[in-house]
Amino acid sequence: MDFNDTPQEAEYRATVRAWLEDNASEYRDPPAESWKLPEFIARSKAWQAKKHAAGYTGITWPKMFGGQGLTPMHSIIYGQEEGRWHVPQGLYSIGLGMCIPTVFTHGNPEVIQRYVPKALLGEEVWCQLFSEPAAGSDLAGIRTKAVKDGDEWVIDGQKVWTSFAHASDFGIVVCRTDPNMPKHKGLTMFIVNMKAPGVTVKGIKQMSGGSDFNEVFFDGVRVQDSHRLGEVGNGWKVALTTLMHERLAVGGKPRYAPGYETLMKLAKGVEAPDGSPAIGASDVRQKIAQTYINDQGIKLTQMRALSALSKGQVPGPEQSISKVVVAKTMQDLASFALDLSGGDGFVAGSDADPELAKLQGSYLGSAGLRIAGGTDEILRNIIAERVLGLPGDMRPDKDTPFNQAVPV
Amino acid sequence: MNFDFSDEAKELGEQARKLLAEKAGTGPARKAMADGAPAMDAGLWKEISELGWTAARVPEAHGGLGLSVEEVAQLAEAAGGSLATVPLVSTLLATEALVLAGTEAQQAKWLPGIASGEVIATVAWSEPGAVNPANVKTVAKGGALSGVKQPVADLPVAHVAIVAAAGADGPQLYIVDLKGADTATVETVDLVRRHGKLTLNNTPAEALGDAGDYQDWLDRAAIILAYEAIGTAQAAMAMSVDYAKTRVAFGQKIGRYQSVKHKCADMYIKLELARAHALHGVAMIGTNGAELRQAAAAARVASLDALAFCAEENVQLHGGIGFTWESDCQFYYRRNRALVAALGPRGWWADRLVRALEQRNRAAA
Ligand SMILES: Cc1cc2nc3c(=O)[nH]c(=O)nc-3n(C[C@H](O)[C@H](O)[C@H](O)COP(=O)(O)OP(=O)(O)OC[C@H]3O[C@@H](n4cnc5c(N)ncnc54)[C@H](O)[C@@H]3O)c2cc1C
Repeated sequence: MDFNDTPQEAEYRATVRAWLEDNASEYRDPPAESWKLPEFIARSKAWQAKKHAAGYTGITWPKMFGGQGLTPMHSIIYGQEEGRWHVPQGLYSIGLGMCIPTVFTHGNPEVIQRYVPKALLGEEVWCQLFSEPAAGSDLAGIRTKAVKDGDEWVIDGQKVWTSFAHASDFGIVVCRTDPNMPKHKGLTMFIVNMKAPGVTVKGIKQMSGGSDFNEVFFDGVRVQDSHRLGEVGNGWKVALTTLMHERLAVGGKPRYAPGYETLMKLAKGVEAPDGSPAIGASDVRQKIAQTYINDQGIKLTQMRALSALSKGQVPGPEQSISKVVVAKTMQDLASFALDLSGGDGFVAGSDADPELAKLQGSYLGSAGLRIAGGTDEILRNIIAERVLGLPGDMRPDKDTPFNQAVPV
Repeated sequence: MNFDFSDEAKELGEQARKLLAEKAGTGPARKAMADGAPAMDAGLWKEISELGWTAARVPEAHGGLGLSVEEVAQLAEAAGGSLATVPLVSTLLATEALVLAGTEAQQAKWLPGIASGEVIATVAWSEPGAVNPANVKTVAKGGALSGVKQPVADLPVAHVAIVAAAGADGPQLYIVDLKGADTATVETVDLVRRHGKLTLNNTPAEALGDAGDYQDWLDRAAIILAYEAIGTAQAAMAMSVDYAKTRVAFGQKIGRYQSVKHKCADMYIKLELARAHALHGVAMIGTNGAELRQAAAAARVASLDALAFCAEENVQLHGGIGFTWESDCQFYYRRNRALVAALGPRGWWADRLVRALEQRNRAAA
């Protein structure tokens, strides 16, 4: 066993590190104030283009799709090194992490040629149009419909919770093309132009105060048949490709989320009930230990998966444990730390201590992370069913034609 | 980076699991529980010694195979899963101490016998009134120890004990030849593994390394025992999953109910976290890594969490049958107590983890 980089890995790391030193210097410190959307987009695009020119985008993608054809280890090394800098991030994680891999797995050659390079360059932003008001966990219950008209399809319906739809140029949208089939069978996936006539994006304000996700309305939106991903009626399978990539993309702990170190630092400055520094209190120390065990345990689990990968094994649904653990650990830690800091942890805005404000952000954000990309409950189902082989839930509507399902 | 067991270690683990599945398991464990049953399965001990399991970690110069701690971890996990009534893990823990801190003469005296299986070894830190390995009251004076050690796993069959006692610089290890020593059997919650009481009354003992070595040994012991706990927890989880797939209630398999299903998922999650930290620990021993202390403590805590959860929920998931004497659930439920007692409770190790993290942060600052 060897935790150190192999000579090749070390060389790659050194190259990346030197490149970041030369190119990321403006991001050495966190921004004094968080960027407003237009600045965030402009900075994201500029940074992506810079990375692209240097060969640090699509690190694991096949060369034929404009990628670097390198290993997941290279990608991790790049991520670790970039993680030391406060570069803009997040704008492309859905597009490049999930949508584009779906496009190059299921799209035709012209579509791939048209969309993949521009996405990688960061010129075009993508979103994932899956969830609807009546279908989230139960994704196969979506109602947005697509009807064939000549060699075009006409889309009508509504999506919701679409992250970054307001900043996106394109999206992948799953639609119902045959309501006479059972729910999983009548679905088809398309690429849709977010600027096309009939697409309306309305921002939704989140609990946390930000507005990263949206409602998206489709009113007679026309899509060429060439922009279909996969066969007609095969949309569920195509969606599973996306969701598989989603598990890899949204697995880990968000880069800036507070961890055990935050609690350790905080606990030196606040009092335990008996007036002594809280860092000596047993419950505080137990929480520090538990946070380390969960967060570090997930990192190590990912390294185990990576080692398996480098030996030619495929990482399985085991990766599902990552988000379940990380999101809840974030929430527990933030909640505990804010408890510990009493009123100071409650005062917000410009009156708040910056470290405590971060914990407040984590307290609010983690609630969304437990839902996004598969809820805690759905992920436990996946672990139980796919890893442990337990029987599936009762799904009474599974085999009924979608348009005959009895409303409950 | 290569964060995985070697193929050789995995192979040995596979061999061990297969053999123990055949020769040990809950059936033999039940026989061992009966009044008057022998304190160990001598036939199995002979067989596994001949296969070189006790020789794995012993250097070649002392008649061993000179293998790494990876093999030890694999054997401990196999032993934990099988409940085998052989003093394997006790012997592995003692061997680790001798390999880590023994002088040439001490190694030459004890290791060849351990390698061949003729010498059974165990470790003894626990005392009446002591709850953690940092706090031992047995005293060392002029080459002899005085105090009481209990419960000591496998003491009734052991020939030599590695004993923790208060030395000049804090607790450290000593070697006590059990020939003629005052030993007795003690009853414990675990009805399968025999434990004993060792009364030391100015009993001759040789220092084994120093106080620093004791701390290093604790790390290694925590990792080896983490693997034993993982093996036991995994067996309890497997039992739960099997039952959830077959037992029917309200017209369907209970595994379809989410409170059952999600319990199993949580068992799996806790086990994976424990495996990750335990493997980190093995890697740190193998590479002399700086993160050994934190990895060991995390492995200990995470493995105890996994074992407690799997063992307790396994009974719950079986309903009434799980609470019967006849059910195998009790083996894991009781063994949970044995493995906590083996090296001190979760809370102490969690605190040790935080101290290690604090130290690392100070060093980095
Ligand atoms: C921050 C954020 C960003 C998002 N971004 C996107 C995006 O970009 N694109 C997109 O398509 N979607 C996105 N989503 C939507 C997300 O995928 C869904 O919210 C999620 O899958 C849950 O669906 P739902 O909201 O309909 O809740 P529901 O499915 O209605 O769930 C409600 C509750 O019921 C539970 N539940 C549901 N089914 C079961 C079951 N079978 N067993 C046990 N419990 C169950 C859930 O766990 C949950 O607790 C985002 C969500 C969030 C919070």
